[in-house]
Amino acid sequence: MRSLRTTGTIAATALVLATLLPGAPSDLMVAPGITGRPGGTLVFSQRNEPKTLNPVLAGDNASREVIHRITADLIHINRATQQTEPALAKSWRASADGLHYVVDLRRGVSFSDGHPFDADDVVFSFQAYLDEKTHSPQRDLLVLAGKPMCVRKLGQYKVAFDLPSRYAVAERLFDGFAILPRHILERPYREGKLAQAWGLRSPPAEVVGLGPFRFKQYVPGQRIVLERNPYYWKEDESGMRLPYLAEVDFVFAGTEDMQVMRFQSGESDILSRTSARNYVALEKDHERRGYALTDAGPGLEYSFLFFNLNDPPPGSLPEVAGRQSFLRRASLRRAVSLAIDRDAIVRLVYLGHAAPLPGPVPLGNKAWVNAKLPQPVRSVAHAREILAADGFTWSPRGALLDAGGKRVEFSIVTSSGNAERVQMATLIQDDLKSLGMDVHVVPLEFRSLLDRVLQTHDYDACLLTLAAGDADPNADMNVWLSSGGNHLWHPAQKAPATPWEAEIDRLMRRQMVTPKYAERKRLFDRVQDILMENLPLVPLVSPDILVGARNGLGNFRPALLDHYTLWNIEELYWRSAAGTRR
Amino acid sequence: MSRRARIRGALAFLCLLYGAALLAGLIAPYPYAEQHREFPFAPPTRLHFAHLQPFVYAWAPDQAGGYREDASRAYPAGHLSGVFFPLGTDAFGRDIFSRLLYGGRVSLFSGLLAAFLSLALGLLFGVVAGFFGGWPDRLLMRAGELVMALPWLYLLLAVRASLPLHIGTIQAFLLVVAIIGGMGWVRPARLIRGVALSGRERAFVQAARGFGAGPGYLIRRHVLPLTAGVLVTQATILIPQYILAEVTLSFLGLGVGEPVPSWGNMLAEARQYHALVSHPWLLAPGLALIPVLLAFLVLADALLESPEP
Repeated sequence: MRSLRTTGTIAATALVLATLLPGAPSDLMVAPGITGRPGGTLVFSQRNEPKTLNPVLAGDNASREVIHRITADLIHINRATQQTEPALAKSWRASADGLHYVVDLRRGVSFSDGHPFDADDVVFSFQAYLDEKTHSPQRDLLVLAGKPMCVRKLGQYKVAFDLPSRYAVAERLFDGFAILPRHILERPYREGKLAQAWGLRSPPAEVVGLGPFRFKQYVPGQRIVLERNPYYWKEDESGMRLPYLAEVDFVFAGTEDMQVMRFQSGESDILSRTSARNYVALEKDHERRGYALTDAGPGLEYSFLFFNLNDPPPGSLPEVAGRQSFLRRASLRRAVSLAIDRDAIVRLVYLGHAAPLPGPVPLGNKAWVNAKLPQPVRSVAHAREILAADGFTWSPRGALLDAGGKRVEFSIVTSSGNAERVQMATLIQDDLKSLGMDVHVVPLEFRSLLDRVLQTHDYDACLLTLAAGDADPNADMNVWLSSGGNHLWHPAQKAPATPWEAEIDRLMRRQMVTPKYAERKRLFDRVQDILMENLPLVPLVSPDILVGARNGLGNFRPALLDHYTLWNIEELYWRSAAGTRR
Repeated sequence: MSRRARIRGALAFLCLLYGAALLAGLIAPYPYAEQHREFPFAPPTRLHFAHLQPFVYAWAPDQAGGYREDASRAYPAGHLSGVFFPLGTDAFGRDIFSRLLYGGRVSLFSGLLAAFLSLALGLLFGVVAGFFGGWPDRLLMRAGELVMALPWLYLLLAVRASLPLHIGTIQAFLLVVAIIGGMGWVRPARLIRGVALSGRERAFVQAARGFGAGPGYLIRRHVLPLTAGVLVTQATILIPQYILAEVTLSFLGLGVGEPVPSWGNMLAEARQYHALVSHPWLLAPGLALIPVLLAFLVLADALLESPEP
C-alpha cells in the first residue's frame, strides 16, 4: 500500500512538471479531428494473462495487446484506413531502387520516464530484434531473401535502413516494432540478459516506453494496471496532450464466456471480438445494461476447406494414399465448392454476422480483394455435371464412385476447441451428402491438427480459419509460395509440384518487388484467379468483427485489423464524469 | 411406499425409457441427422387446442433474431412434419426430441453394457482370487490396484490418438463400452472376492469338499449363488455411474462422433454461454439424466433393504 502511494505521488509530480516545463522545440503529432475529455479509467477484460512485457520476446496476443499500449513504433499502420502513417518517424523517403529508406525522427520526444528519445534508441532496438541470440519471434519479418536488413545512424534524429532486396511497401514492416529505451535495456542486452528483462514482476519504473500509457502495477492472476504517460507525443486539435484516460486496467477473464459475462454485468468496458452467438445473446438487453454493440463487418479472417495434396512417400500412409486417387482431382474440389451452402453457414453458424467468400482473400482486406470474382452460388446439379464429366459415377444407392469404382469417402478434420468450425464441418458434411459423398467430421485438438497438416500429412481434408497478418499480400507469402511453411495443402515443396503453383510463385515474387500498387494489384488478382481455378483452398466465409463498448466511451472506432478496439486508445475518453466509473 | 412397489415402479419406468430408446426409429418424428436449416435454435413448439383438437403454428423468424408464432396457418395433428419440434431444435435445426431418443440408445445402453462387462470381469477375477487365494489372489488384487491407479482419462486420449482418424459409430460405441467396463471391474471384483473368501469357509462348502467335490463344482453350485445379491446391487449402482461416464466422455469429444447423437455430445453444445442464456432447451439431455439416475438409485436403495417379513 505504501509503495503504491509513493509511486502515485511520483507520477503526480511528474505530471505537474511535464505541464509546467517550458515548451521545448518538439514535434508533437496532432491527431486530426480528435477532441475529448481527460480523466477516468477504462477496464478491458482479456481472455488470457500476458506472459511478458518484453516487446522483443512477446509472441502471444495477450502480451502484445498490453505491450502495444506502452510502446510505439516508427511507422504505424492506421487501423481505420489500413494505410501507413508517421509515428515516431516524422517522415521517410525511399531511394529510387527501393533498397534504402531514410527516416527522420520526431524531435523533443521523451520516454515515459522523461529520458529523451533519439536515433541511438532506434539503432539499438533494431540491433536487439535482429540479434539471433535474442530469439525474437519478429526477427523473420526483418529478414528479406535470407539476409537481415541493416540500420545506420545518420544524425541525432535521422536513421537509414538498407534492405538486402527489393520489397514493395517495406514501410509496413515497421508496424509493431516497439522502439526500446537504450538507457534502460542496453546493459541487460550486453550481458545477454535481455530475455529476462521486463517480465511481469519487473519494477514499473524499469518498464519504459513511448506509448500512450505506462506500466503501473501487476496483480498476478487478476490485472495489469497502466497509467497515463505524461510524455506521450500526440496531442488533440485543441493542443491537449493525449491520452485522455488516466488509467487502463487489463483484467484477465480466462474464457470468452467469462469475458462476455463481465462485459454484460458492467465489470469491463470493452468487449474485443466475440462470437456471433454471444453477440446475439448480448444484443437482447443492451439498452437496459448501457452498452452498444458494433458489427464492424468482415475482417481479415477467412475460413476454408482444403484437401491433402501432398505426395506421401510410397509405402507410408496407405489409407490417405488410397483416397488421394479422388481427393487430388480438381473436379472434386470444384464440385465440393459448388455443393457447399455458404448462405446456410452465414445464417446458422454466424447468425448473419459473416459474409460468403468469393475468393481466397478475406473481405476485410478491401484494397486487395479481386472484385471480379463471382459471388459463390450453390448448384448441386452443376456439381454433379462436373463430377460426371470427370468419370465419377453413382452407385444404384446414390453413393459417389470415382473413375476406378472406389467409394468417395473421406474425413474432414477441424479444431475441436472452436465450436464454429465444427459446426461448419457438420453443415458441409450434410451438403456433400447430396453429391453422394460419405464425409466424417473429426474434431481434433488444435496442436495435433496442425501436426497432421504440416508435419505428418496424415489427413484427408481439413477445415481451418486463418487470419491474415496484415492487409497486404506480402504478409501471406508463406501461405501462397509453394516453398512456404504455411502452404497448407502441400507445405514446403522443394520445387513447385504443379504448373499453376509455379505460376503463383512467379506472380507472388514479382508483386513483392513491384513498387506500384496498380501493377501489384493486377498481379495479385491473377493469383486469386489461378487459386479459384484450381481451388487448393475452397473458400467458405469471412466472419465479421463483433465488438462492444459501454455507452459514453468517446472516439470508439473498432477496426478490422488486429487490436480491433484498443488501437486508438490514446483517443478514447469518457463523455461524462459519471461514465468514468469508480 | 412399500419396497416391492418402489422396485416395480422404478423397473417399469426404466423399461419404458429403454424401450423408447430402442424404438427411437418408430417414435422419433425425424431422423437424428435431418437438418431443418430454416429453424436453427427454434424453441419447443407450443401446442394449441381448439375443440379439444390439438394443433400447432410454425415458427417464423422475428426481427430480434428469435422466433414468433406464425398464426396464419394452423397445422393439425397428422400434418406436423417439418414444423413440430416438441423440445425445440439445435444449431442446425435438428429436432432435439428425436436426437434425445436416438442419443438414449448410445448413452443408456453403453451404461448397461459397460456395467455388464465390468461385473462379468469382476465376477471372474473376484471368484478366482477369493476361492483359490495364494498367488492368483495376490496377482489379481495387485493388478486391480494398478488399474485403479491409472489416469484413465489420459489413457483414453492416448488410445484415441493411436486409432485411425475416423472410426465408425459402432466401433466408437464399443470402444467406449470396453474402456468404461474394462476400467471398472476392480470394485466389484473386491466385493466378490470377499464373498468367495467367506463362502469357501462356510460349513456346507466344507462339507461338500469333504465329500470330494472339485473346485469347479463348488464354485458353480455353492459360491456363485452367494454372489447374486452383490451382483444385483452393484449393477444398480454401476449402471448410472457408467451412463454418466459415457456422457462425460462424449462431452469431451471422445465418444461417438457427429452427427450421431449421444446425451453427452448433445450437452457439449449446451456448454456455451449463449445456450444457457438464450436456448435453454439444449439442456434437455441433462434434465433427462435426472429421472434415469433417480430411478436407478431408488432401485438400488430398495434392493439393499432387507425384504419385508
